[in-house]
Amino acid sequence: MAATSTLTTKGTTMNTTDAFDPMRAGALEAPEPPGAVRTAVSAAAKGLLTHVLPPLVVVAFLLLVWQMLGSRPGAALPSPIKVVQDTWELIVNPFYDNGGNDLGLAWQLLASLKRVASGYSLAVLAGVSLGVLVGQSTWALRGLDPVFQVLRTVPPLAWLPISLAGFRDGHPSAIFVIFITSIWPIIINTSIGIRNIPEDYRNVAKVIRLNGIEYFAKIMLPAAAPFIFSGLRIGVGLSWLAIIAAEMLIGGVGIGFFIWDAWNSSRISDIILALIYVGLVGFLLDRAVGWMGHRVTRGTSAS
Amino acid sequence: MRNGNLTEGYLTLSQVDMTFGTGSTANPVLKGINLQVRQGEFISLIGHSGCGKSTVLNIVAGLLRASSGGVIVDGREVNSPGPDRAVVFQNHSLLPWLTVFQNVEIAVDKIFRESRSKAQRRDWVLHNLDMVNMTHALDRLPSQISGGMKQRVGIARALAMEPKVLLLDEPFGALDALTRAHLQDEVIRIQAELGNTVMMITHDVDEAVLLSDRVVMMSNGPSATIGQILPVPLPRPRNRIALAEDTTYNHCRQEILCFLYDKQRKVAPITAGRQGADRGQAEQIVA
Repeated sequence: MAATSTLTTKGTTMNTTDAFDPMRAGALEAPEPPGAVRTAVSAAAKGLLTHVLPPLVVVAFLLLVWQMLGSRPGAALPSPIKVVQDTWELIVNPFYDNGGNDLGLAWQLLASLKRVASGYSLAVLAGVSLGVLVGQSTWALRGLDPVFQVLRTVPPLAWLPISLAGFRDGHPSAIFVIFITSIWPIIINTSIGIRNIPEDYRNVAKVIRLNGIEYFAKIMLPAAAPFIFSGLRIGVGLSWLAIIAAEMLIGGVGIGFFIWDAWNSSRISDIILALIYVGLVGFLLDRAVGWMGHRVTRGTSAS
Repeated sequence: MRNGNLTEGYLTLSQVDMTFGTGSTANPVLKGINLQVRQGEFISLIGHSGCGKSTVLNIVAGLLRASSGGVIVDGREVNSPGPDRAVVFQNHSLLPWLTVFQNVEIAVDKIFRESRSKAQRRDWVLHNLDMVNMTHALDRLPSQISGGMKQRVGIARALAMEPKVLLLDEPFGALDALTRAHLQDEVIRIQAELGNTVMMITHDVDEAVLLSDRVVMMSNGPSATIGQILPVPLPRPRNRIALAEDTTYNHCRQEILCFLYDKQRKVAPITAGRQGADRGQAEQIVA
């Protein structure tokens, strides 16, 4: 990510406490009391109780309802216990390889993640660049914005036939679908971020006479980073949505095709397991980008 | 002296006009501003809000181009912003993703990249932060320090540019009265130490008298201009407590109040949008 590199801070660890005066010191945080460790432990226990317990209770309740519904005679879908029994081999052997498409779920997920990584990386590069262009230039905004607004409403899968026609191959087509799905929120958020850079920051840059490249790296990217990262976060979610659907159609290795294949051979339990994995991976992707954004934009979004 | 002549303006504004917009929407803000500031002089611009004080400062800074007339600093005409006219902005405008140290460093590294070594630049950043007593918070982000501290860092950043003219745009306007007094004292001390040429925008009468060698009073807009220039013949160093009883001080104060409330009484109707700002200002002038 371009933004990450510009924000690495130089280690400036200097602490002179002799310059203190009582008036200023009052505004600083009080030093940690000696009992801080004990408080930290009890705070962690409290956090566990308030943040981990509620979802556990909800999940247990949902599983119970599902179990009751699934174990009725003539139920169309298997109950959770049945799912675990049916898919036990898949759960305990995520890395098996029987050749061809018969791979463990970890390999399937990895294949999908690889496609997302290529498509999404391209979308980040192109999206941030186009966003900067549209954010900086009013002419580019007027010319490109209507095009973006129309194209972004095209559903991901509608791009698949045209990209298959263009690339004549499933693999690049899937990557293109990821790219075209996730690029719009990145472009739009980046351009909004650039447009919202306070006039003050521009003035500071003018007074110290930063040139174009310095302004881009030292002011524009960090100032727009919170917006850029919210675009990146939406983008990664969309790309994960799109890959599953695209893989169902193009076949080969990938969690999307695994689901489709399971449906064709009526392995409903396999589908349910795959769905859970898809959800968890999507959640982790979202959190990873969110965490990265939080690290990179420290301070910026706070003020 | 670089000019060799003290009576000649080190900073000169001659016949500066400023009109925003054109044709029927033209809004003449400034008309015929003439001002000469000596090297090392501290000048305050005071006037009602909306009279164009900040426009004058932005023209000197080069952030705005005057419609006609010109500004000369140390014999050279101003036509773009630059570090020789460092600005301390009203709302500090520190970059929130940089620490206190880095906020000063970004300016120092850019301006002295060729002329000073890395170690020299680092020392210079520390020196300027030391001048405003901020070396205890080098690694803090702007969001982690108080408003007064942010403004200190803003001042350090401007001082670190070694400006020919230091421009202060209502630097203490957003601070509480105690912090403001504290920072004014620091500015007095730093000015005595460095002898900078300073132009400060303010709407605080006490601040203007306490800090300035001359107070430039601006008439109300549209087509605002300089109404009166008041020399403040108080010896330095100045002490706010001792001055409270001083007759010269009170006389200067009265002159300015008289100008602002008698000769240039604000007659424009207070519209909803400006009400807050105007009320805020009135309170500060009274305070």
